[in-house]
Amino acid sequence: MGGNNILKDECILRIESVTKDFPGIRALSNVSFKIKKGDIHGLCGENGAGKSTLVKILAGVYPHHTYEGKIYFNDKELKFTSSSIEEAIKEGIATVYQEPVLVPQMTVGENIFLGREPEDKGIINWSKLFSDTKKILKKYELNIPFFAKVSTLSVGQQQMVEIAKALVQEIKLLILDEPTSALNEAEVNYLMEILKNLKDNGVTCIYISHRLEEFFRITDNITVLRDGRVVDTVRTVDTSEEKVIAMMVGREMKKRFPVRNSKPGEKILEVKDLSVLAQRKMVIKNVSFDLRKGEILGIAGLMGSGRTELVTAIFGEYGKHVTGEIFLEGKPVKINSARDAMKYGISLVPEDRKKMGLVLIQEVFKNISLSNLRKFSNALSIDKYKELKECKKYADYLTIKTPSLFTITESLSGGNQQKVVIAKWLMSNPKILILDDPTRGIDVGTKYEIYNLINRLAENGVGIIMISSELEEILGMSDRITVMCEGECTGILDRKDATQERIMALASTTKRSHSYS
Amino acid sequence: MKPLNFIHKIKKIKIDIRAYTLIFALLVIWLLFGSLTGGVFLSSRNFSNLLRQMTIVSFLSIGMTLVIITGNIDLSVGSMIGFISVIAAYLQAVMFPTFLPGLFPTLSVELLGILSTIITIIICLLLGLLIGICQGYIVAYGGVPAFIVTLGGMLVLRGGVLGVTRGKTIVPIEDSLRLIAQGYLSKNPGILIAVIAIIIIFLITLQSRTKKKQYGLEIKPLPYDLVVASVYSALVLGFVLIMNSYKGLQIPVLIMTIIAILFTYLTNNTRFGRYIYAVGGNREAARLSGINVQSVVLKTYALIGLLGGVAGIVLTGYVAAGTTSGGMNYELSAIGGCVMGGTSLMGGIGTVFGALMGTLLMTSLENGMSVMNMSVFWQYIVKGLILILAVYVDVTSRKNKSL
Repeated sequence: MGGNNILKDECILRIESVTKDFPGIRALSNVSFKIKKGDIHGLCGENGAGKSTLVKILAGVYPHHTYEGKIYFNDKELKFTSSSIEEAIKEGIATVYQEPVLVPQMTVGENIFLGREPEDKGIINWSKLFSDTKKILKKYELNIPFFAKVSTLSVGQQQMVEIAKALVQEIKLLILDEPTSALNEAEVNYLMEILKNLKDNGVTCIYISHRLEEFFRITDNITVLRDGRVVDTVRTVDTSEEKVIAMMVGREMKKRFPVRNSKPGEKILEVKDLSVLAQRKMVIKNVSFDLRKGEILGIAGLMGSGRTELVTAIFGEYGKHVTGEIFLEGKPVKINSARDAMKYGISLVPEDRKKMGLVLIQEVFKNISLSNLRKFSNALSIDKYKELKECKKYADYLTIKTPSLFTITESLSGGNQQKVVIAKWLMSNPKILILDDPTRGIDVGTKYEIYNLINRLAENGVGIIMISSELEEILGMSDRITVMCEGECTGILDRKDATQERIMALASTTKRSHSYS
Repeated sequence: MKPLNFIHKIKKIKIDIRAYTLIFALLVIWLLFGSLTGGVFLSSRNFSNLLRQMTIVSFLSIGMTLVIITGNIDLSVGSMIGFISVIAAYLQAVMFPTFLPGLFPTLSVELLGILSTIITIIICLLLGLLIGICQGYIVAYGGVPAFIVTLGGMLVLRGGVLGVTRGKTIVPIEDSLRLIAQGYLSKNPGILIAVIAIIIIFLITLQSRTKKKQYGLEIKPLPYDLVVASVYSALVLGFVLIMNSYKGLQIPVLIMTIIAILFTYLTNNTRFGRYIYAVGGNREAARLSGINVQSVVLKTYALIGLLGGVAGIVLTGYVAAGTTSGGMNYELSAIGGCVMGGTSLMGGIGTVFGALMGTLLMTSLENGMSVMNMSVFWQYIVKGLILILAVYVDVTSRKNKSL
């Protein structure tokens, strides 16, 4: 429907049947749509829908030979050969990411012209650099002091610098990948103004955001992606937030989750008015919830909603920056470090298994036993044989596929690496197991095994808190669902009342009233 | 692939490939120098000297291995042992003679000497420990980069050396202290030690078999294990016999061996050992696994300090004086030895055995070139180039592995 009424000759970008595979997962499947010259084109979808992959293809991160299909930019097929973004920039495509990538010690002008400083026989022409910077900033009405060091700017201002950096390169297509997720209300408004201004200057934009209302403020068309496929491309004026949400999540629930008889027992954890102040910002605001034995409590929320901060705060990561009370089996406790948390029987399978969960260069068994060495050692020695036997038990229980327990963990697949992390935490016999997005980047089969495992643990009376980026997973697994948005708990839903639409609505409830800056 | 039929993969000899390459390189260098010096290099006399030469640096390399595995560095060890050495010399030459005889008037001169040496040793070890703890505390809890803390420590301690000596060499040193660095065991005790070591090797072999059986792990055929144990035993015996064919087993070499065994055990078989590798391999993951990262780092510095104490004592005995230049540049030899031995400066990887082999290799180069009467400037240049080459080979082999 909508996509077809864009005439071919007005298109700046035509994407035709693009398919991109990663080992074990198809990120994009036969994606086709067009973008009209001078439009602001919204691109939306859940986490993992394929937005980022598409952006990376357009930005030149994934070169031409790594995907199937054709992309025409101004009627010329794009064939990037290397994975450097320079080729894309030469064509006139630039990308601004969620986190600004700038040199913080340099000034705004230096950053804008980084790598293409105006020079005269190898000597930088500083006056030209700064006068050009001034011109650019003025032309697009970007209100940033051009002499300031980037480190002194707010994230919003840094985002402006990124945009300016793209603009000096005579960009025809600007991709904005969740530019507003780190911005406050005023900064968002300002960004919207700038984008309108760019549009008036004839720059085409692809706009990605998790905040639906923004699409309706500035975009002309919206393409919705789900599971790597295009659901539809529609004119913004012809649709509504509800319709877009339905397109993003709307799919029949298949039998992707094992059945479970949940019979939650007594209260094991209670969190009251938990707040976290980190880097002079309230990342968690007065969150309260409880957890019962044998219950799976899902935490839904977009990235950056505070869901990870909430669980790591319970795990003691923020030490004394936490206010509020935590009760374990009715008793108030103070958890100031990971060690404290472990003492109380709390385990955390962290969000990023490579950075936080594993010592990748070590053998599988050493990773499994790392937090449990006391079980088979005294002050003088580790009983290696007992250790191996115990590790083997957990490796078998979780069906970790590895050539041997002596294999270096790095060489396992993502799913098996995740199982190693889980094995480590199971070995410590937790009363409460926190899983932060445990199935991210894992193939469907392994996911199912992990779901089964989580269910078995719950049946054995472990209280489970599970964060997930996938709404279906949250709905399929949880007894109750806590929804987070901008550090606040915007609602707790029972399994029977929860729908994807309700969760999405709560997760994007922007209570902008308490703007922090 | 069947998941987890891992048992048959248990490696009996747990020395990694890198260590084998190193042993191979070492043999090549020995043969090269042997032929270039007409066999002088390979004589038991020179071999004995070679081992004694490496002892002082080897104490530091062993400690440095632990520090580097956690992802830190200690640049101060050279100055540290210089400082400890002049303190030892000062105690023995200046302080103790003034009041020890007064305190123990009944003791003979000889016994007084021994007493002085014992007290000196205790003070030196404590001093090393203290220096290590101070630097480790600032690194671990103060958050100051190890490079800076120990660079500062290097200057401070070298200043201390000059302050204590006032630019002069401090003599004399008690004979008993010299014995620690220069003494030889006579032949029979040497053989006795070899026999005890061989008995221990076989006991450990048998014990590990029983343990494996007990936990249902697969075991190698008995003859295989016995052959492996016999090879180790032959190496031990051969080594002692070669030493005996010159003057006997040297006391510092014996101390080095004992310390090396202790630290190998520490790194492989204790929780602390596991923790240092985990901290260096992934500090975040280690912390989130409930490891007290700061305390682990502090302990590695305490240990290198303690080993610095040992090295300082041996240094004093070796030069039989406290000198202003004692221990100069030893930190570089120690780091070089570790790195040659496969310790990664990125942390997480390294072995005590590798560090010893690396140090032996560096010392062999040094010794071989001096036996050949090569000019000192060439010695520096060659050592420097070989160090870079060794790490280059290491880095490229790692890269190839990861692709």
